[in-house]
Amino acid sequence: MYKTEVRGPLILGDKNYRQISDDVIAPINQPIPGWWKVAFFIALLMGIFGILALYQTVVVGLGTWGVNNSVGWGWEIINFVWWIGIGHAGTAFSIFLLILRQKWRTSINRAAEAMTVVAVMCAAIFPAIHMGRVWLAFFIFPYPNTRGSLWVNFNSPLFWDFIAISAYLLISASFWYFGMVPDFATIRDKATSKIKKAVYGFFAFGWTGSSREWLRYEALSYVLGGIAAVLVVSVHSIVSTDFAVSVIPGWHTTVFPPYFVVGAIFSGFAMVMTLMIIIRKMYKFQEYVTDSHLNAIAKILIFVSLIMGTAYATEVFIGWYSGSEYEMFTFFKNRVTGDYAFQFWAMVVCNAFIPQLFWFKKVRQNLTMAFIISIFINIGMWYERFNILITSLSKDYLPSSWTTYSPTWVEIGIYVGTLGLFTMGVLLFFKYIPMIAISEVKSVLKVSTPVTNEKKHMSHE
Amino acid sequence: MEKKYWKSTEEFNNEVVPDYSENLIPEGKNLLDLIDEEIAQKPSSRRNFLKFCGFSFATAAIASSCENPVKKAIPYLNKPEDVTPGMASHYATSYFDGSEYNSILVKVRDGRPIKIEGNSLSDVTKGGTTARVQASVLSLYDGIARHKSPIKDGEESNWSAVDAGISASLREISAAGGTIVLLTSNIISPATKKLIEEFKTAFPGVKQIVYDPVSASGILVANRDSYGLGVVPDYLFDKADVIASFSADFLGTWLSPAEYTSRYAQSRSLTKGEKKLSYHIQFETGMTITGSKADKRVPVKPSEEAGLLLQLYNEIAVKAGQAGIPGGASHEAIPALAVRLWENKGKSLVISGSNDPNQQIVVNAINQLLENNGATIDFGAPLLTRQAFDNEMEELVSQMNAGSIQGLILWNVNPAYDYHNPDAFISGIGKVKLTVSFGSVQDESQEFVKYILPAHHYLESWDDAEPKRGYFSLAQPTIRPIFSTRQPQESLMKWIGKEGDYYTYLKNHWMTEILKAGETEWKKTLQSGVYQYETVTMPVVSMNTALIAPAAQALSSVKKSEQIEIVLNQNLAMGNGMHTNNPWLMELPDPVSKVCWDNFASVSAETASKLGVASGNMLNIDGMELPVFLQPGQAAGTISVAIGYGHTRFGKVADGIGVNVYPLATYENGTLRLSTDKAKVEKSGNDYLLATTQMHGSMEGRPIVRETVLGSYLESPDAGNEIHAEHEKKHVTLYKETEYKGHHWAMAIDLNACTGCSACVIACQAENNIPVVGKEEVMKTRIMHWIRIDRYYAGDEKNPEVVFQPLMCQHCDNAPCENVCPVSATNHSSEGLNQMAYNRCIGTKYCINNCPYKVRRFNWFRYATNQKFDYNMNDDLSRMVLNPDVTVRERGVVEKCSFCVQRIQEKKLLAKTENRPLQDGEILPACAQGCPSKAIVFGDLNDPGSRVSQLFKDPRNYHLLEELHTLPKVGYLTLVRNSEENNA
Repeated sequence: MYKTEVRGPLILGDKNYRQISDDVIAPINQPIPGWWKVAFFIALLMGIFGILALYQTVVVGLGTWGVNNSVGWGWEIINFVWWIGIGHAGTAFSIFLLILRQKWRTSINRAAEAMTVVAVMCAAIFPAIHMGRVWLAFFIFPYPNTRGSLWVNFNSPLFWDFIAISAYLLISASFWYFGMVPDFATIRDKATSKIKKAVYGFFAFGWTGSSREWLRYEALSYVLGGIAAVLVVSVHSIVSTDFAVSVIPGWHTTVFPPYFVVGAIFSGFAMVMTLMIIIRKMYKFQEYVTDSHLNAIAKILIFVSLIMGTAYATEVFIGWYSGSEYEMFTFFKNRVTGDYAFQFWAMVVCNAFIPQLFWFKKVRQNLTMAFIISIFINIGMWYERFNILITSLSKDYLPSSWTTYSPTWVEIGIYVGTLGLFTMGVLLFFKYIPMIAISEVKSVLKVSTPVTNEKKHMSHE
Repeated sequence: MEKKYWKSTEEFNNEVVPDYSENLIPEGKNLLDLIDEEIAQKPSSRRNFLKFCGFSFATAAIASSCENPVKKAIPYLNKPEDVTPGMASHYATSYFDGSEYNSILVKVRDGRPIKIEGNSLSDVTKGGTTARVQASVLSLYDGIARHKSPIKDGEESNWSAVDAGISASLREISAAGGTIVLLTSNIISPATKKLIEEFKTAFPGVKQIVYDPVSASGILVANRDSYGLGVVPDYLFDKADVIASFSADFLGTWLSPAEYTSRYAQSRSLTKGEKKLSYHIQFETGMTITGSKADKRVPVKPSEEAGLLLQLYNEIAVKAGQAGIPGGASHEAIPALAVRLWENKGKSLVISGSNDPNQQIVVNAINQLLENNGATIDFGAPLLTRQAFDNEMEELVSQMNAGSIQGLILWNVNPAYDYHNPDAFISGIGKVKLTVSFGSVQDESQEFVKYILPAHHYLESWDDAEPKRGYFSLAQPTIRPIFSTRQPQESLMKWIGKEGDYYTYLKNHWMTEILKAGETEWKKTLQSGVYQYETVTMPVVSMNTALIAPAAQALSSVKKSEQIEIVLNQNLAMGNGMHTNNPWLMELPDPVSKVCWDNFASVSAETASKLGVASGNMLNIDGMELPVFLQPGQAAGTISVAIGYGHTRFGKVADGIGVNVYPLATYENGTLRLSTDKAKVEKSGNDYLLATTQMHGSMEGRPIVRETVLGSYLESPDAGNEIHAEHEKKHVTLYKETEYKGHHWAMAIDLNACTGCSACVIACQAENNIPVVGKEEVMKTRIMHWIRIDRYYAGDEKNPEVVFQPLMCQHCDNAPCENVCPVSATNHSSEGLNQMAYNRCIGTKYCINNCPYKVRRFNWFRYATNQKFDYNMNDDLSRMVLNPDVTVRERGVVEKCSFCVQRIQEKKLLAKTENRPLQDGEILPACAQGCPSKAIVFGDLNDPGSRVSQLFKDPRNYHLLEELHTLPKVGYLTLVRNSEENNA
């Protein structure tokens, strides 16, 4: 059994099973709070702005963006990689900690997985919309067709990308959804309104909580977890091949797959931290998402941050060690110094230095500081992608084609739109889905606590 | 025996076929009638009601939403003998815009001229063209600037009315003894000249004055005085071993650039085992392509040139044992030059672009001492494209203002725009009773004339030309006149009451005066386009040496100015401003500055800081605001500004772009000077952004353009290119190498021959339907050109060496773009072409990113039929210039150079139908065809005898970024300069 003596209780406040169900379901049954409405309204406006920007892009053309004939990819791919990175956390969180039998994950994994699904949906918008002819995006599906049976190019990393992202989205969504089935059943059983009963009942798949169902449920979560574990590593490795396979200095790097995966976990964990601090605060879940949870995330962030720092140093070192004058130029004259030095150093400071503050216990325990640092990491990770994309493309082999890039309102609008979409998704999640995996949390309830109502637990109130 | 087909067993067995006719729609009725009847017969029911409701809604929806555009394609009822739909015909004709001559072939597809090609039969231009010539086909289809009918007093009129009015006025003025001036541009047509004589005879008051805003008056006056021959001689750059040019941009805009480029390239060629190069030194103010190609370039102020010429004369005179003349500078470059020139006596050439007759007299004196007359300077075949004496125009304007001119006929001139004192001209023209303009397009001067009699575009006209004495060519129409226009010659014929049309007149003139032969010879000439007399030996001319001393004295007496000097130059695209309304030319980046869509004040960094301005600021020059452009190599204390911009009434593209700086020109000593030191220059408070297509000028030490000097080249031919062999050694691959069994296309580009003239850029644009995108888009690095001229500076910032490198798709055998396309829209052909399937492209732009050469172009917008890009693909008329063999690309797809795959296929098919192997050199991509220096060679690598195979084996050959192992199929031959030091 879990050694609670060493670790301390994972859930505070001497809860019993019923209390857990009531606490977690509370936001679903309570009236919508005012801050939620305000936040949703703002997110909706952002979303509408995004739709306007998408409309411009599709109707007028990609010319409404700031990209050009030298820098073919701009904010859209930066944001794509950024969102995919954030979308890593949930699955990585659940899967790796599940495999490592880290029980403390239970109060966080639901929110993290929800975040993953929404983030990957945000990310998926960009590869589609960055196409010049988005209405022909289906050309990328490998299927026997009437165009002389024209197949896709299996050598192209963009095709790999397509496969990796769609597989990842499918598996993370399934993993998240199947994990929620028992909780939906709990809500169904506790619901008073007919509509709620019907809706949650539909999503609960007729869950009764029999031991055979639990057996299958456990088996399924391990199977999906197993698949997802591979995908977590593969999806960002494959995204990194978009760059690593090319000939462009600063892209053509073998370190990219691990570097991207670690970077993604980094940004994902940071986003989980941001989100959990908000949830804790807004829904008063301090007893479930305890300080020790945040402490654990902060420690992971220190570790990953060190890896990131090493990766940056490796990149610069290899730039010099390769002896290629083009690599040298990209790293030393266009990143470390030069037009884009600010973005480079912003990346290094935000990702490699600022998280080191977590070495101090006081910082880890100060939620405001933790929140600010987590935001810095997300900014830093955005700059990392900016660095990779823009510095390499803006000044590559022939100086005659060197140029600069700055986004237009349309590109910014699409990004703002995805931020809005993300916020809306998360807010809807807050309202309609139990934010904490009730059934899993119950399983880590401190053993020494007298279980007062064993029968009720079995009936999933 | 004929087969019998059967459609049923009944028919096969000759059984009676059952009659289904009752099920057929009876004759005279249609389906709707039947339905109507059915409705009439049947009782109306809810079901029926809904049925018909549904039907009518659906039809209404379909009929209103799916509007099918009506496209009229009318087949020939009687097919003309020489027209095969889908097959292009080529007609030989002549281009002459009033100053520049070119013998050309016009490619006509289905009755529409779509492309200009050089005529290789011509001994003048030898198949070369310039950007302006290439672009001229587009102005044919300018439905906005061109006049559609004659205009009288600003109102549309008809030909008989204007003829009646003008004839009456002419007779009236003539009868009253008044003067009618025929103000023309340079006229090189023998038939037209004869006709003008007849016109003068018919109306004794008529007098012809030739006006040229960028004249060669200085040369004409000097030669008239020196030799009694008021002509521009023929300059034989190919025969000159030493070329010293003082501000003559002979490769770009000076006199006859296509011809001179071809000759110059011959003297700079090393591809046929030559062991020597000519030596070229250029003294100039602004940076031109001629200065860029020179082995030594010396930046000088315009006011310093006279001193340099005198110094050079004195140095050479000493060597010739003659007395020197007082005056002269003491520039360090001159003594060495004098030695070189003297060593190459009779094989050298000194030229000056100055319009100061005194300077030209000194130039003549120098050439006289060097015995170049009759060797590199030929007075036997003088250039006839420059005939204007500036003083005649000056006198005319004063006479107009004095009221002594009664009639003025403007023929291909626009003085209200390009005369140095437009106000004087405008006030003068107000006092002229009869004013007529033959302008085919609207211009500034037409605002002040009573009659506008629009001329044909040259591609609609019959004409002839004698660009050099003894060299003739014909011009024939390639399309029926699009608008109600008429050749000016026919107008003259009409007014003097001459019967027949100009074609007959022209033909008679040729058969009697030029060919002195019959119909067959005429047809033959018409087909080849050119005709020339037997070459005559160069006449020996001797100079009136008495002129030298006074000229020298006049030059020395001019005080050296400390003021900022302003030079008005022609840039490659705009020339003298006649072509400004051509969107192709407007968007052609100047090869040196790489700026398009504006003129600007070129200043050196030093002068700019003295003036307190930086790049992006504006200068106020005599009230004209011009953006500052920091030009390395610009002489200190000078500003160069291009003429040809700042039109106000010229067309939708030209109007309001840039500033008209002609008013800064000064008239001195009988000639017009395109420079001044009297203008007031100060910083203006405003800022302005220029559109440039290249923002970085240094090669950053990368082996992009490989360069060497003649001495090193002679020691080892791979000098400067040693690294190529290293890279070749590393050629290994894990994969099976692709075999190209049929052809393997490749292109070699001789950087020594390429002058950066940009004719290829426009040729490619015309051939491949490349859109014009406008200034805003150019500023966003979105120019669409498939071939670009990269320009790099090396060495000293004050006077850098400049290199040009034409860059198009390199057609890599290991193309990085191909393997990253997710849908295989770009792929490799079995003949080694990197091809684009536009229909397949979904526009991920991955290929753009992964192309190390950055030659791929994305269609950011829909450039055709888009009001936002109202240049030449927006209206039906201007779209007629599009090449039907090349797809007009849709928005959202990537495009790039295809090696003119349509031309490859055309010639392959031709060879196949003629059952013969393809000849080397038969296939000419548009860029190679139009190149005046023949720097681009295209061919088959699988044919060991082909020129491109030979050039690929040349030790000078290298591939761009070959260290990436992309295996490009474009090779570059190193640049070899005839200089001692190698700064690069």
